[in-house]
Amino acid sequence: MAEYKTEPLKCWKKAKELRLKYYKDYQDAHKTGGIRWTGGAWAFDAIPAGLGRDVYNITGEPYGASIAFNKPFSTECLEATEARGWARDLCSYMRNYWGSMYLDKYAFGGEYPKPDFCYQDHICCSHAKWYQHVAEYKNIPYFCIDVSVGPYNELDENRLMYVVNQMHEAIEWLEKTTGRTYQDELLIEAVENELRSTSVWAEISCLNMAKPAPLDEKSMYSLYVHGTLSKHSKEVADFYEELRDELKYRVDNQIAALPNERCRLMSDTQPPWGFLKVFRYLEKFGAISIGSLYTFGLIGLWETKPDGTWGPKTTPMQKGEKITTRDQALRILADWNLAKPEWQHFYDPDLKTKMMLQIVKQWKLDGVMLHLNRGCEGLSCGIMENRLGIAEAGVPVMTFEGNMGDEREFDEKRVMGRIDSFMETLDLQMQTA
Amino acid sequence: MITVGIDMGAKNIKVVVLKDREVLARSQEMAGFEPLEAAERAYKRAVEKAGLTEEQVEAVYATGAGRKSAPHTNDSVTEVSAAAKGIVFSNPSVRTVIDIGAEEGRAVKCTEQGKVEDFAINEKCAAGAGSFTEAMARALDVPLAEFGQLSLQSSKSIPMNAQCAVFAESEVVSLVHAKTPKEDISRAVHDAIASRIISMIRRVGINNDVALVGGVSYNPGFVDSLGRGLETAVIVPDNAEYVGALGAAIVAAERN
Repeated sequence: MAEYKTEPLKCWKKAKELRLKYYKDYQDAHKTGGIRWTGGAWAFDAIPAGLGRDVYNITGEPYGASIAFNKPFSTECLEATEARGWARDLCSYMRNYWGSMYLDKYAFGGEYPKPDFCYQDHICCSHAKWYQHVAEYKNIPYFCIDVSVGPYNELDENRLMYVVNQMHEAIEWLEKTTGRTYQDELLIEAVENELRSTSVWAEISCLNMAKPAPLDEKSMYSLYVHGTLSKHSKEVADFYEELRDELKYRVDNQIAALPNERCRLMSDTQPPWGFLKVFRYLEKFGAISIGSLYTFGLIGLWETKPDGTWGPKTTPMQKGEKITTRDQALRILADWNLAKPEWQHFYDPDLKTKMMLQIVKQWKLDGVMLHLNRGCEGLSCGIMENRLGIAEAGVPVMTFEGNMGDEREFDEKRVMGRIDSFMETLDLQMQTA
Repeated sequence: MITVGIDMGAKNIKVVVLKDREVLARSQEMAGFEPLEAAERAYKRAVEKAGLTEEQVEAVYATGAGRKSAPHTNDSVTEVSAAAKGIVFSNPSVRTVIDIGAEEGRAVKCTEQGKVEDFAINEKCAAGAGSFTEAMARALDVPLAEFGQLSLQSSKSIPMNAQCAVFAESEVVSLVHAKTPKEDISRAVHDAIASRIISMIRRVGINNDVALVGGVSYNPGFVDSLGRGLETAVIVPDNAEYVGALGAAIVAAERN
């Protein structure tokens, strides 16, 4: 049945090592007098980088997902959180994270490493409260930047400055909280790294327009994660360039992620981390999920090109702009992040539908699978509106119910049965080897 | 060509024997705790009723919740595809089929060839499924067979807000304590279930004609509520609970 050759990614090992190093560095930071902080994957992590080269963070969502992947530990964490009276319908990443904190167990071994401070932004309703509770529970300081200034296509100077001014305040707060002198040159370096890593990730996603696709979404999850851990770091920006170059080679040589690719799909929102086998099940039908607005746009930055296509956002450096001051760096950082695709639907689901249909068109997809993710109100917000818009555009679409971080809310048999139905509507039958 | 379709439903197993687009026989068994044995019995009885031997059957396709474990089968087809195939075969004008069994409710939009255009299935909540009706009949202490008829005796609309079977039962109990006539409560229950189903149907859109199949189609109270809610006539085909098995037998004939 194989029509295309396939082979493992050469940089796969490096991806795994980089991720484990991230969690280890955070754990060991205090051994060498370094700083540990915690916040979300969308936090402006380039800003604390100005405190020194020994500043390490742990981002809550990927950490919650790592816990979810370990089902027994996840259950332990969720039950520990529920035992304290928290509702089961709260963000499941948050419940996993809190459980790890209450149990004083780190998902990567040892005790939960107490952060020195919490630093977060919030566009999702859970985000600010998540770290407020961590700060109260661990008795550590907390700073939060509000980024709810409306969609990017309505951004004006006042809205931008609302965020930039908070960033300036954050730096003053960081200096006061840590007693360190802030270094603007480190901020500028971190901002440039972030611009590079998030734009290159969009380049990587674009390479999946090729048929056969060089990457499947299940593998993408292990790669996009670096941008959710440390998008401001040189290691991540460099790694993404290495990955992009390898993918270019795969495209040029028709090296496929799925040797029997005959149907191209995309998903939406975080997957049920304990059940990534959903993606392998699709492959039995010759169907590949080539990504999603989530994997492309959670950290990837995009722009509409003059020909109307969607492509990687051009960095200020690519435009020839040199970043020389703190204020300039912060303005660029704020503007860049406010364009984030996954922030737009918080204001209007139609903005998300349009981006999804753009992906369907450009990546030449045959259908869409929407995960009605009970674990994330933020990214599931408006998802049935998206379904309607996609269906009205004539694109086959299915939904399945689950939870990114709470396996108790995933009915494997029913979901697989629903996938069977969807495959039949696409005239796909399970292929025998 | 002689084919058999087996619908391994959550509560009942239905079998249809088809020869050259003509239904020769049907049979049904309660799934119980031994669904495979029940399926075996239903299969043998249907073949016998058709006046055939098992050797004469050329292909057997299964559908339904337990389709992958059905006996004698060559392959299986999902409930969604089977419902679409079966309904267009039995009622060629139908373009939207609502299939409500014990545990699942689904809405399927189909083409004139019986191909699925779009579908929606109720999520984990049982509020749009047959088991919900049974629970409410129990709460009212009315036999299920009479529950639907009772509803038709009422012309009063009482809103029920609970989505969940547990809370709906509490609401029914409250209505009983408030001395609400049973027929009005019965209609309230059917209207509530219908509204959940209608919201699911509207997700895929309604193309006329609309048909209701599956075990719940035998509940006249629900059929009435569904028709009023949809503001369109709802066709209930003969042998509505066999439409899935029929669809499976048709697919077996098409693929072999």
